[in-house]
Amino acid sequence: MGQTAIQTKGLGKRYGSFWALENCNISVPEGSVSALVGPNGAGKSTLLKLLVGLSTASAGNSAVLGKMPQQHEDFLSDIGYLAQEIPLYKSLNAADHIKMGKHLNKRFDEEFIKDRLKDLDIPLGRPVGKLSGGQRAQVALALALAKKPKLLLLDEPVAALDPLARHDFLSSLTQAVAEGGLTVVMSSHLLADLERVSDHVIVLAAGKTQLCDNIEPVLHEHKLLVGPRADAKNLGDGVTVIHETQAARQSTLLVRIEKGTKLPSGWQQHEPNIEEIILAYMGQAKEGGEK
Amino acid sequence: MITFRLNTHSGVPPYLQIVQQVKQALQVGILQPGDKLPTVKEVVTHVAINPNTVFKAYRELEMLGLVEGRTGSGTFVKQRPAGPSPEVQEALGNDLEGWVAKAQKAGLDDEAVEALVRIALHKSQK
Repeated sequence: MGQTAIQTKGLGKRYGSFWALENCNISVPEGSVSALVGPNGAGKSTLLKLLVGLSTASAGNSAVLGKMPQQHEDFLSDIGYLAQEIPLYKSLNAADHIKMGKHLNKRFDEEFIKDRLKDLDIPLGRPVGKLSGGQRAQVALALALAKKPKLLLLDEPVAALDPLARHDFLSSLTQAVAEGGLTVVMSSHLLADLERVSDHVIVLAAGKTQLCDNIEPVLHEHKLLVGPRADAKNLGDGVTVIHETQAARQSTLLVRIEKGTKLPSGWQQHEPNIEEIILAYMGQAKEGGEK
Repeated sequence: MITFRLNTHSGVPPYLQIVQQVKQALQVGILQPGDKLPTVKEVVTHVAINPNTVFKAYRELEMLGLVEGRTGSGTFVKQRPAGPSPEVQEALGNDLEGWVAKAQKAGLDDEAVEALVRIALHKSQK
């Protein structure tokens, strides 16, 4: 097992009397691409801001690359962060941004970013405000990668992009991961994209961590059970119902099964995909909140 | 060189899709012993998937004895999987194309053709 890039314990953020994030316990292994998912207002952006030191925790603590998050050069030099709104200076061009990156960072690979933007046919001399949304996102990603970060935090980077620009963005990202030494946490609503690029998942809902694990064991541990309605309560030990859908005579349950537990008989068993599992956890949190 | 494609709605894990595509390419002769597989970086650039998925697929193919990783130079095809030669497969494929043309002429749509193939496979297993 590798090292841990991010570890939080009881992390929370309160605005007035409202907890935007509460008792968040996550652990992200080094080298993974972690998908941070959850409904709007679940605390995803709050968590990312806490991890990069842009906001201070109201409770708990976190270790990011072994350090406490803070706005300090020693901490930030190994971290790339791309905020939701893709913060670039619209009237400046890519070449200006590169110059700035060189001045503001201890380590900045100018050759890498120039090659990268050339490969993508992005003009260095045009103001970034006049580039397409996809090109702007690529410039921002390339700037973040030119720092040669060990950890990259992305807040809904592909939300506003068309399918082709999204594919190109994810391709740039996976390329950087393939070169090694990079851990990525990326929030998004596009579960199908996350399924292909991620190997780790964090589900936040109602300000709490619902799930945080590598995708492969998650797939093994969850089953979709279909059976007669009456049986829904007699599942036995080691089987936790995450979400249930009831029809007149039939129950459909998404369950988590502990290793070595024998499944109760009389149920039709299916393998859910990660999208179904994530939706089940998000649904569970919603119902829990309404009760 | 082989290029991979990924179907995220097939229910088949991505790494297994790559394994299957390499096996198929070997069976029909698109890939031959000595050929180089694309590097992990090339694959992720093309299909935008997690690099570990490609590593896992290549490891699996190595365990099956179909490819070998050579340090520093890449992953190469070692041998074809057991089964008929590409020539035999091609001949069978041609036969099938003839039959499909006949079925379409008789007014069968794709679904009906698939159903017939499945029924025939089912009967042959008995």
